[in-house]
Amino acid sequence: MEKFKTFNGVVCPLDRSNVDTDAIIPKQFLKSIKRSGFGPNLFDEWRYLDHGEPGMDNSNRAVNPDFVLNDPRYRGAQILLARENFGCGSSREHAPWALADYGFRVILAPSFADIFFNNCFKNGILPIVLEDKVIDDLFRMATVDKALEMRVDLSQQLLTAGGWQRNFEVDAFRMHCLLNGLDDIGLTLQRIDEIRAYEARRRVEAPWLFGNRS
Amino acid sequence: MSAKTLYDKLWESHLVRTEADGTALIYIDRHLVHEVTSPQAFEGLRLAGRKPWRVDANLATPDHNVPTTPREGGVEAIRDPISRTQVETLDANCRDFGITEFQMLDPRQGIVHVIGPEQGATLPGMTVVCGDSHTSTHGAVGALAFGIGTSEVEHVLATQCLIQKKSKAMQIRVEGEPGRGVTAKDLVLAIIGEIGTAGGTGYAIEFAGSAIEALSIEGRLTLCNMAIEAGARAGFIAVDDKTIEYVKGRPYAPEGGLWEQAVAYWRTLHSDQGAQFDRVVTLDATTIRPQVTWGTSPEMVVAVDQLVPDPGEENDSVKAEGMQRALDYMGLEAGTPITEIPLDRIFIGSCTNSRIEDLRAAAGIAKGRKVAGNVKQALVVPGSGLVKAQAEAEGLDEIFIDAGFEWRQPGCSMCLAMNADRLEPGERCASTSNRNFEGRQGQGGRTHLVSPAMAAAAAVTGRFVDLADLDKG
Ligand code: SF4
Repeated sequence: MEKFKTFNGVVCPLDRSNVDTDAIIPKQFLKSIKRSGFGPNLFDEWRYLDHGEPGMDNSNRAVNPDFVLNDPRYRGAQILLARENFGCGSSREHAPWALADYGFRVILAPSFADIFFNNCFKNGILPIVLEDKVIDDLFRMATVDKALEMRVDLSQQLLTAGGWQRNFEVDAFRMHCLLNGLDDIGLTLQRIDEIRAYEARRRVEAPWLFGNRS
Repeated sequence: MSAKTLYDKLWESHLVRTEADGTALIYIDRHLVHEVTSPQAFEGLRLAGRKPWRVDANLATPDHNVPTTPREGGVEAIRDPISRTQVETLDANCRDFGITEFQMLDPRQGIVHVIGPEQGATLPGMTVVCGDSHTSTHGAVGALAFGIGTSEVEHVLATQCLIQKKSKAMQIRVEGEPGRGVTAKDLVLAIIGEIGTAGGTGYAIEFAGSAIEALSIEGRLTLCNMAIEAGARAGFIAVDDKTIEYVKGRPYAPEGGLWEQAVAYWRTLHSDQGAQFDRVVTLDATTIRPQVTWGTSPEMVVAVDQLVPDPGEENDSVKAEGMQRALDYMGLEAGTPITEIPLDRIFIGSCTNSRIEDLRAAAGIAKGRKVAGNVKQALVVPGSGLVKAQAEAEGLDEIFIDAGFEWRQPGCSMCLAMNADRLEPGERCASTSNRNFEGRQGQGGRTHLVSPAMAAAAAVTGRFVDLADLDKG
């Protein structure tokens, strides 16, 4: 995983609550057996006027001019501003893959669905929870004529946009992993001895859990 | 020692290690695998030169992409090339890594959340995970079961563990005897209507109370299946005699001395008297009526004898807007009686409601009746090959076919329309599945979530109907 560095990015305001993973990446695109290439179909049903299928040339498709991702102000946005319960629905990791592949690196929302929230960190996306009032303010700031640019500094846990500033909370372990680009599996495999010891204990306590079938 | 919740017991018995900030490494007893969320995990494993930590903890089956029409041609005959690739990729990965798989033509194949309990592969006291949010289903037998993403699938394959933080504990008590025609599905829809789709976010939910105890294990599977629609990754129910009776004799269940030892342990899997929860919600089952969702989120639900709600009466403007958007999408007018909504298609199936009791309930309504003229298609898709065989042994398939339903092969089918079964734009479906999101059953398709009995009643009358009225006439 790449290290998460401080950056300045445009804020794209997606003013809908309960945006689910089916909306983030419609299911016809889940059939890929790869992790990359989902970005062009992010929010496909909202973003294009026709029905999208895998393998289509997206550059020829009619885009929905009313959808925020197609607004020239927000081109190249790296920060998604969202409403409550963002990422609800299925556990599919294709949703953060699509967001990351499109170029989003930070999502700001008043609340996130749990599984999606976890999946973000594993894919180098930083989800930030902010109070409703702050989110409302940001929507106002992001929907004026000129796009809102924001600086995200993870190590300082600080968001800055012009004169506006805000600290945010992030789990210490998650921050450490993001900043250092650490992969969870490698970290866990440093604990091999503890896993083995646990298994040995369980084989005695609960032997029916082991190897009765394979 | 202080009183513990069931969640405390399940959690603590799987702790390998806890960091100072509460981040824990927990051990996973059972990992279920299907074709949609696993290919990238196996790819990752291969790229890193890793092997599965414990092959026998895994059980795989293809379910999302398999056709539900006759399967003589095998995997090669799956028409959609991408669906075929996913199923073939699962077969190849399981073969390469030595993982047990019930392949598409195996009589035990089915929806992963149906076959786990059916095989006794998910047992009380286990931690159960799968790259699928409806893994909460398995909590019905007193397991800690939750959905994970593909990175975590790879993590479990490689380490048999997951990095997790303990959730808060919620207890939802449903007390009293529900009225006639009120099923586990109606209880869970009513719960979601009450607490909202984000009501359980950050919590693990224990369902309890006399109405829950009265449910069969299959009813409990339906209930826990939808814990995730209430925002909770995990939902579970204490072990009781019914649980133990249910597990006994299943292919993966322990036998002999191990069985006795297991049962003694399983008997401890309940919340202790006086255990503390972070939140307790209580519902009165006697007031719950058969439920029908009207919108594009499972919390948009009313009783069958009510009207489609009016956004104009909602004070919260963001909510009112969401309601209006849902009504527009669903093609519904506020104030319409639910019983006047006509249907185009019926889907009886999915990991929520495709077990034998569900099919019996639906067949009970379908028997001697005919699918209404305005209904273009009524599908019955059993949850597994074994459910299908059982239903056929009981003659349920004939009841359905005589009534004009289509009797299909097991899989996810029209629950999410990844195979050929789907709604056309604007079509309206009474569905026993768990999600009514926009486009879930096909682009532009309109989904109403209901119980199997309600779906069958909707099939034979062409609209939603209060089951009590159906008997009258
Ligand atoms: S039946 Fe539906 S909800 Fe269940 S696993 Fe299949 S697609 Fe998911």
